[in-house]
Amino acid sequence: MDINTPVPTIYGKDFEKHGEMWKTQIAELRTKFQGAIEEVRFPREYPTDVPILYVKKESVIAVLDHLRSAPGFEYGFLADLTATDEEIDPRFEVVYNLLSHGNMARIRVKTRVSEGQEVPTATTLWMAANWPEREVYDMFGITFSGHPHMRRILMDDRWVGHPLRKDYALRGYQLFPDTPPPKPELLEKSDR
Amino acid sequence: MSKDGSAVFFTTKLDDFVSYGRKNSLWPYPFGTSCCGIEMMATLCSDYDMARFGAEAVRFSPKQADMMIVAGIVNTKMAPILRTVYEQMAEPKWVMSMGACASSGGIFNVYSVTQGIDTIIPVDVYVPGCPPSPEGVLHGLMRLQDMIQKGETRAQHREQALKRINLFSPFKTSTADDIKNAGYNAE
Ligand code: SF4
Repeated sequence: MDINTPVPTIYGKDFEKHGEMWKTQIAELRTKFQGAIEEVRFPREYPTDVPILYVKKESVIAVLDHLRSAPGFEYGFLADLTATDEEIDPRFEVVYNLLSHGNMARIRVKTRVSEGQEVPTATTLWMAANWPEREVYDMFGITFSGHPHMRRILMDDRWVGHPLRKDYALRGYQLFPDTPPPKPELLEKSDR
Repeated sequence: MSKDGSAVFFTTKLDDFVSYGRKNSLWPYPFGTSCCGIEMMATLCSDYDMARFGAEAVRFSPKQADMMIVAGIVNTKMAPILRTVYEQMAEPKWVMSMGACASSGGIFNVYSVTQGIDTIIPVDVYVPGCPPSPEGVLHGLMRLQDMIQKGETRAQHREQALKRINLFSPFKTSTADDIKNAGYNAE
Protein backbone atom coordinates (compact mmCIF):
# COMPACT_ATOMS: atom_id res chain seq x y z
CA MET A 1 0.00 0.00 0.00
CA ASP A 2 1.31 3.42 -0.94
CA ILE A 3 1.72 5.44 2.19
CA ASN A 4 0.51 8.65 0.55
CA THR A 5 -2.87 7.40 -0.60
CA PRO A 6 -5.66 8.50 1.73
CA VAL A 7 -7.09 5.74 3.81
CA PRO A 8 -10.49 4.88 2.31
CA THR A 9 -12.10 3.43 5.38
CA ILE A 10 -14.37 4.37 8.22
CA TYR A 11 -11.27 5.58 9.98
CA GLY A 12 -11.71 8.88 8.13
CA LYS A 13 -14.72 9.58 10.28
CA ASP A 14 -12.61 9.53 13.42
CA PHE A 15 -10.20 11.89 11.78
CA GLU A 16 -12.94 14.35 10.79
CA LYS A 17 -14.21 14.39 14.34
CA HIS A 18 -11.01 14.50 16.33
CA GLY A 19 -8.33 15.66 13.87
CA GLU A 20 -8.03 19.18 15.24
CA MET A 21 -8.07 17.99 18.84
CA TRP A 22 -5.34 15.45 18.15
CA LYS A 23 -3.20 18.13 16.50
CA THR A 24 -3.39 20.49 19.47
CA GLN A 25 -2.80 17.63 21.90
CA ILE A 26 0.27 16.43 20.06
CA ALA A 27 1.65 19.97 19.81
CA GLU A 28 1.24 20.32 23.57
CA LEU A 29 2.94 16.99 24.19
CA ARG A 30 5.84 17.95 21.95
CA THR A 31 6.50 21.14 23.91
CA LYS A 32 6.10 19.42 27.26
CA PHE A 33 8.17 16.30 26.53
CA GLN A 34 10.87 17.61 24.23
CA GLY A 35 12.99 14.84 22.86
CA ALA A 36 10.96 12.09 24.48
CA ILE A 37 8.66 11.79 21.48
CA GLU A 38 10.66 10.21 18.69
CA GLU A 39 8.11 10.15 15.97
CA VAL A 40 4.42 10.83 15.32
CA ARG A 41 2.38 9.01 12.71
CA PHE A 42 -0.78 10.83 11.88
CA PRO A 43 -3.90 9.61 10.02
CA ARG A 44 -4.06 10.65 6.34
CA GLU A 45 -0.27 10.89 6.32
CA TYR A 46 0.25 7.28 7.31
CA PRO A 47 -2.17 4.36 6.98
CA THR A 48 -3.51 4.43 10.50
CA ASP A 49 -6.81 5.14 12.17
CA VAL A 50 -5.55 7.09 15.17
CA PRO A 51 -2.29 8.97 15.79
CA ILE A 52 0.65 6.83 16.86
CA LEU A 53 3.18 8.38 19.20
CA TYR A 54 6.59 6.74 19.43
CA VAL A 55 7.96 7.53 22.88
CA LYS A 56 11.34 6.75 24.42
CA LYS A 57 10.90 4.00 26.94
CA GLU A 58 12.43 6.04 29.79
CA SER A 59 9.67 8.64 29.58
CA VAL A 60 6.77 6.46 28.46
CA ILE A 61 5.18 6.42 31.90
CA ALA A 62 5.35 10.20 32.19
CA VAL A 63 3.72 10.62 28.78
CA LEU A 64 1.04 8.05 29.61
CA ASP A 65 0.35 9.77 32.91
CA HIS A 66 -0.05 13.09 31.12
CA LEU A 67 -2.38 11.51 28.56
CA ARG A 68 -4.35 9.87 31.32
CA SER A 69 -5.04 12.79 33.61
CA ALA A 70 -4.02 16.15 32.14
CA PRO A 71 -6.98 18.42 31.35
CA GLY A 72 -7.80 18.36 27.66
CA PHE A 73 -6.47 14.81 27.26
CA GLU A 74 -8.19 12.50 29.73
CA TYR A 75 -7.49 9.22 27.98
CA GLY A 76 -8.45 7.47 31.18
CA PHE A 77 -9.04 3.96 29.84
CA LEU A 78 -6.25 1.55 28.93
CA ALA A 79 -8.05 -0.38 26.20
CA ASP A 80 -5.18 -2.71 25.39
CA LEU A 81 -1.53 -3.30 26.07
CA THR A 82 0.35 -5.60 23.75
CA ALA A 83 3.56 -5.92 21.76
CA THR A 84 4.88 -6.76 18.31
CA ASP A 85 8.07 -8.44 17.13
CA GLU A 86 9.53 -6.40 14.26
CA GLU A 87 12.69 -8.47 13.67
CA ILE A 88 14.80 -5.30 13.35
CA ASP A 89 16.80 -3.41 15.93
CA PRO A 90 15.24 -2.41 18.33
CA ARG A 91 13.32 -5.61 18.11
CA PHE A 92 10.03 -5.10 19.94
CA GLU A 93 7.36 -2.44 20.09
CA VAL A 94 5.16 -2.26 23.17
CA VAL A 95 1.77 -0.84 22.24
CA TYR A 96 -0.61 1.06 24.53
CA ASN A 97 -4.09 1.73 23.16
CA LEU A 98 -5.88 4.45 25.10
CA LEU A 99 -9.50 5.56 25.00
CA SER A 100 -11.03 8.77 26.27
CA HIS A 101 -14.59 8.24 27.39
CA GLY A 102 -15.20 11.98 27.62
CA ASN A 103 -14.14 12.78 24.06
CA MET A 104 -14.85 9.34 22.60
CA ALA A 105 -11.41 9.46 21.00
CA ARG A 106 -8.58 6.97 20.88
CA ILE A 107 -4.83 7.37 20.74
CA ARG A 108 -1.95 4.91 20.47
CA VAL A 109 1.40 5.08 22.21
CA LYS A 110 4.29 2.85 21.22
CA THR A 111 7.73 2.38 22.64
CA ARG A 112 10.63 0.55 21.04
CA VAL A 113 12.64 -1.89 23.10
CA SER A 114 15.57 -4.14 22.29
CA GLU A 115 15.91 -7.70 23.41
CA GLY A 116 16.79 -8.00 27.09
CA GLN A 117 15.79 -4.43 27.93
CA GLU A 118 13.13 -3.62 30.50
CA VAL A 119 10.13 -1.33 30.17
CA PRO A 120 8.77 0.49 33.21
CA THR A 121 5.44 -0.96 34.30
CA ALA A 122 2.14 0.81 33.70
CA THR A 123 0.51 -0.83 36.73
CA THR A 124 1.32 2.35 38.66
CA LEU A 125 -1.21 4.15 36.43
CA TRP A 126 -3.71 1.41 35.62
CA MET A 127 -4.18 -1.72 37.70
CA ALA A 128 -5.61 -3.21 34.51
CA ALA A 129 -2.10 -3.28 33.03
CA ASN A 130 -1.15 -6.14 35.31
CA TRP A 131 -2.35 -9.10 33.28
CA PRO A 132 -1.61 -7.67 29.80
CA GLU A 133 1.96 -7.05 30.89
CA ARG A 134 2.23 -10.60 32.11
CA GLU A 135 0.87 -11.75 28.77
CA VAL A 136 3.45 -9.65 26.90
CA TYR A 137 6.15 -11.18 29.09
CA ASP A 138 4.80 -14.66 28.44
CA MET A 139 4.49 -14.29 24.68
CA PHE A 140 7.49 -12.05 23.88
CA GLY A 141 9.83 -12.20 26.86
CA ILE A 142 9.77 -8.45 27.50
CA THR A 143 10.09 -7.79 31.22
CA PHE A 144 8.45 -4.85 32.95
CA SER A 145 10.45 -3.34 35.79
CA GLY A 146 8.41 -2.68 38.90
CA HIS A 147 5.66 -5.12 37.99
CA PRO A 148 4.38 -6.82 41.15
CA HIS A 149 4.19 -10.32 39.72
CA MET A 150 6.30 -10.83 36.61
CA ARG A 151 5.61 -14.44 35.68
CA ARG A 152 3.87 -16.41 32.95
CA ILE A 153 0.11 -16.15 32.67
CA LEU A 154 -1.02 -18.23 29.67
CA MET A 155 1.60 -20.91 29.13
CA ASP A 156 2.76 -23.51 31.61
CA ASP A 157 5.35 -22.30 34.11
CA ARG A 158 7.79 -24.89 32.77
CA TRP A 159 7.52 -23.66 29.18
CA VAL A 160 10.78 -22.87 27.42
CA GLY A 161 10.84 -19.88 25.07
CA HIS A 162 8.27 -17.26 24.14
CA PRO A 163 5.77 -18.46 21.53
CA LEU A 164 4.78 -15.23 19.75
CA ARG A 165 8.34 -14.30 18.86
CA LYS A 166 8.90 -14.55 15.14
CA ASP A 167 11.75 -17.01 15.59
CA TYR A 168 9.70 -19.44 17.69
CA ALA A 169 8.81 -22.56 15.72
CA LEU A 170 5.13 -22.57 14.70
CA ARG A 171 4.84 -26.18 15.82
CA GLY A 172 7.18 -25.95 18.77
CA TYR A 173 5.13 -28.36 20.85
CA GLN A 174 5.97 -28.82 24.50
CA LEU A 175 3.87 -31.22 26.52
CA PHE A 176 3.62 -31.19 30.32
CA PRO A 177 1.14 -33.90 31.32
CA ASP A 178 1.91 -33.75 35.04
CA THR A 179 0.62 -31.01 37.29
CA PRO A 180 3.25 -28.40 38.09
CA PRO A 181 4.79 -28.46 41.56
CA PRO A 182 2.84 -26.29 44.01
CA LYS A 183 4.12 -22.83 44.83
CA PRO A 184 3.43 -21.97 48.46
CA GLU A 185 4.68 -18.41 48.01
CA LEU A 186 1.79 -17.68 45.65
CA LEU A 187 -0.72 -18.34 48.39
CA GLU A 188 0.76 -15.65 50.58
CA LYS A 189 1.20 -12.90 48.01
CA SER A 190 -1.81 -11.29 46.48
CA ASP A 191 -1.89 -11.41 42.69
CA ARG A 192 -1.52 -7.64 42.54
CA MET B 1 -38.82 -71.49 33.96
CA SER B 2 -39.40 -73.51 30.85
CA LYS B 3 -42.76 -73.80 29.13
CA ASP B 4 -43.92 -76.84 31.03
CA GLY B 5 -43.19 -75.22 34.36
CA SER B 6 -40.02 -77.07 35.31
CA ALA B 7 -37.04 -75.13 36.55
CA VAL B 8 -34.18 -74.47 34.12
CA PHE B 9 -30.80 -72.80 34.50
CA PHE B 10 -29.15 -70.18 32.44
CA THR B 11 -25.40 -70.45 32.82
CA THR B 12 -22.88 -67.76 32.03
CA LYS B 13 -19.42 -66.75 33.03
CA LEU B 14 -19.32 -64.32 35.92
CA ASP B 15 -17.07 -61.99 33.91
CA ASP B 16 -19.57 -61.82 31.09
CA PHE B 17 -22.36 -61.08 33.53
CA VAL B 18 -20.36 -58.30 35.16
CA SER B 19 -19.47 -56.86 31.76
CA TYR B 20 -23.14 -56.94 30.81
CA GLY B 21 -23.93 -54.90 33.88
CA ARG B 22 -21.11 -52.48 33.30
CA LYS B 23 -21.84 -51.79 29.68
CA ASN B 24 -25.46 -50.94 30.36
CA SER B 25 -24.80 -48.57 33.24
CA LEU B 26 -22.12 -46.20 32.01
CA TRP B 27 -21.83 -43.01 34.02
CA PRO B 28 -20.41 -40.36 31.73
CA TYR B 29 -18.11 -37.59 32.85
CA PRO B 30 -18.44 -34.73 30.32
CA PHE B 31 -15.03 -33.17 29.67
CA GLY B 32 -16.44 -30.66 27.18
CA THR B 33 -13.99 -27.91 26.38
CA SER B 34 -15.34 -26.33 23.18
CA CYS B 35 -17.71 -26.70 20.23
CA CYS B 36 -17.84 -30.49 20.43
CA GLY B 37 -19.18 -30.09 23.96
CA ILE B 38 -22.32 -28.51 22.52
CA GLU B 39 -22.88 -31.52 20.29
CA MET B 40 -22.33 -33.81 23.27
CA MET B 41 -25.05 -31.91 25.12
CA ALA B 42 -27.35 -32.45 22.15
CA THR B 43 -26.58 -36.16 22.32
CA LEU B 44 -27.43 -36.24 26.01
CA CYS B 45 -30.68 -34.30 25.56
CA SER B 46 -34.06 -35.72 24.71
CA ASP B 47 -33.81 -35.74 20.89
CA TYR B 48 -31.04 -38.31 20.79
CA ASP B 49 -31.23 -39.38 24.40
CA MET B 50 -28.13 -41.22 25.48
CA ALA B 51 -30.17 -42.53 28.40
CA ARG B 52 -31.52 -45.21 26.08
CA PHE B 53 -28.10 -46.85 26.27
CA GLY B 54 -27.84 -46.73 30.03
CA ALA B 55 -25.54 -43.72 30.01
CA GLU B 56 -28.03 -41.57 31.74
CA ALA B 57 -26.54 -40.19 34.92
CA VAL B 58 -24.04 -37.54 33.88
CA ARG B 59 -21.73 -36.84 36.79
CA PHE B 60 -19.58 -33.78 37.13
CA SER B 61 -17.36 -35.41 39.70
CA PRO B 62 -14.79 -37.86 38.33
CA LYS B 63 -15.19 -39.98 41.46
CA GLN B 64 -18.74 -40.89 40.50
CA ALA B 65 -18.17 -41.49 36.80
CA ASP B 66 -16.64 -44.30 34.78
CA MET B 67 -16.78 -43.07 31.18
CA MET B 68 -14.99 -39.88 30.27
CA ILE B 69 -16.11 -38.14 27.09
CA VAL B 70 -13.38 -35.73 26.03
CA ALA B 71 -15.21 -33.36 23.70
CA GLY B 72 -13.18 -30.51 22.32
CA ILE B 73 -9.79 -28.89 22.16
CA VAL B 74 -7.37 -29.76 24.95
CA ASN B 75 -4.77 -27.04 25.27
CA THR B 76 -1.30 -27.80 26.57
CA LYS B 77 -2.21 -25.91 29.72
CA MET B 78 -5.27 -28.17 30.08
CA ALA B 79 -3.23 -31.37 29.72
CA PRO B 80 -2.26 -31.75 33.41
CA ILE B 81 -5.87 -31.14 34.40
CA LEU B 82 -7.11 -33.82 32.03
CA ARG B 83 -4.55 -36.26 33.41
CA THR B 84 -5.53 -35.42 37.00
CA VAL B 85 -9.25 -35.86 36.34
CA TYR B 86 -8.59 -39.16 34.60
CA GLU B 87 -6.53 -40.41 37.51
CA GLN B 88 -9.28 -39.44 39.95
CA MET B 89 -11.78 -41.72 38.25
CA ALA B 90 -12.19 -45.14 39.82
CA GLU B 91 -11.32 -48.29 37.88
CA PRO B 92 -12.68 -49.59 35.58
CA LYS B 93 -12.84 -46.43 33.50
CA TRP B 94 -13.34 -45.77 29.83
CA VAL B 95 -12.40 -42.85 27.64
CA MET B 96 -14.14 -41.69 24.49
CA SER B 97 -12.28 -39.14 22.41
CA MET B 98 -14.92 -37.11 20.60
CA GLY B 99 -14.05 -35.03 17.56
CA ALA B 100 -10.99 -34.25 15.50
CA CYS B 101 -9.46 -31.94 18.09
CA ALA B 102 -9.48 -34.40 20.94
CA SER B 103 -8.35 -37.26 18.70
CA SER B 104 -5.53 -35.56 16.81
CA GLY B 105 -5.41 -31.83 17.46
CA GLY B 106 -7.67 -31.25 14.45
CA ILE B 107 -7.17 -27.98 12.63
CA PHE B 108 -5.12 -26.58 15.50
CA ASN B 109 -1.67 -27.70 14.47
CA VAL B 110 0.07 -25.16 16.71
CA TYR B 111 2.25 -24.95 19.78
CA SER B 112 -0.59 -24.40 22.23
CA VAL B 113 -2.78 -27.45 21.51
CA THR B 114 -2.03 -31.08 22.38
CA GLN B 115 -1.94 -33.21 19.26
CA GLY B 116 -4.43 -35.81 20.46
CA ILE B 117 -5.36 -36.68 24.03
CA ASP B 118 -3.81 -40.12 23.57
CA THR B 119 -0.50 -38.39 24.23
CA ILE B 120 -1.77 -37.86 27.80
CA ILE B 121 -4.26 -40.62 28.69
CA PRO B 122 -5.22 -44.00 27.17
CA VAL B 123 -8.24 -43.80 24.86
CA ASP B 124 -10.70 -46.60 24.01
CA VAL B 125 -12.91 -45.12 21.29
CA TYR B 126 -12.24 -42.34 18.81
CA VAL B 127 -15.22 -40.62 17.19
CA PRO B 128 -14.18 -38.67 14.10
CA GLY B 129 -15.88 -35.52 12.85
CA CYS B 130 -15.82 -31.80 13.35
CA PRO B 131 -18.06 -31.97 15.27
CA PRO B 132 -19.27 -35.59 15.13
CA SER B 133 -23.00 -35.89 14.70
CA PRO B 134 -24.96 -37.23 17.67
CA GLU B 135 -25.47 -40.44 15.71
CA GLY B 136 -21.71 -40.74 15.51
CA VAL B 137 -21.37 -40.34 19.25
CA LEU B 138 -24.04 -42.96 19.82
CA HIS B 139 -22.26 -45.28 17.41
CA GLY B 140 -19.08 -44.75 19.41
CA LEU B 141 -20.95 -45.51 22.60
CA MET B 142 -22.36 -48.73 21.18
CA ARG B 143 -18.92 -49.73 19.94
CA LEU B 144 -17.60 -49.10 23.45
CA GLN B 145 -20.37 -51.30 24.85
CA ASP B 146 -19.34 -54.09 22.47
CA MET B 147 -15.75 -53.69 23.58
CA ILE B 148 -16.71 -53.84 27.24
CA GLN B 149 -18.75 -57.01 26.62
CA LYS B 150 -15.79 -58.66 24.92
CA GLY B 151 -13.34 -57.39 27.53
CA GLU B 152 -11.31 -55.49 24.97
CA THR B 153 -11.05 -52.12 26.63
CA ARG B 154 -7.86 -50.84 28.18
CA ALA B 155 -9.31 -50.81 31.68
CA GLN B 156 -10.25 -54.47 31.37
CA HIS B 157 -6.83 -55.34 30.01
CA ARG B 158 -5.35 -53.71 33.11
CA GLU B 159 -7.79 -55.64 35.29
CA GLN B 160 -6.95 -58.98 33.67
CA ALA B 161 -3.27 -58.30 34.02
CA LEU B 162 -3.69 -57.59 37.72
CA LYS B 163 -5.71 -60.76 38.19
CA ARG B 164 -3.06 -62.78 36.45
CA ILE B 165 -0.35 -61.45 38.74
CA ASN B 166 -2.41 -61.84 41.89
CA LEU B 167 -3.16 -65.46 40.94
CA PHE B 168 0.46 -66.35 41.50
CA SER B 169 1.10 -64.14 44.52
CA PRO B 170 -2.19 -63.09 46.09
CA PHE B 171 -0.70 -60.93 48.85
CA LYS B 172 1.64 -58.91 46.71
CA THR B 173 0.72 -55.43 45.60
CA SER B 174 1.13 -55.13 41.88
CA THR B 175 3.07 -52.35 40.26
CA ALA B 176 3.10 -51.05 36.72
CA ASP B 177 6.27 -53.07 36.10
CA ASP B 178 4.50 -56.27 37.18
CA ILE B 179 1.74 -55.58 34.69
CA LYS B 180 4.28 -55.15 31.94
CA ASN B 181 6.08 -58.34 32.95
CA ALA B 182 2.80 -60.25 32.86
CA GLY B 183 2.66 -59.55 29.14
CA TYR B 184 -0.02 -56.90 29.02
CA ASN B 185 0.40 -53.43 27.72
CA ALA B 186 -1.04 -51.31 30.49
CA GLU B 187 -1.38 -48.19 28.42
S1 SF4 C 1 -13.43 -31.15 16.32
FE1 SF4 C 1 -14.38 -29.34 15.39
S2 SF4 C 1 -16.30 -29.08 16.54
FE2 SF4 C 1 -14.97 -30.42 17.76
S3 SF4 C 1 -13.87 -29.08 19.16
FE3 SF4 C 1 -12.58 -29.35 17.35
S4 SF4 C 1 -13.11 -27.60 16.04
FE4 SF4 C 1 -14.75 -27.80 17.55
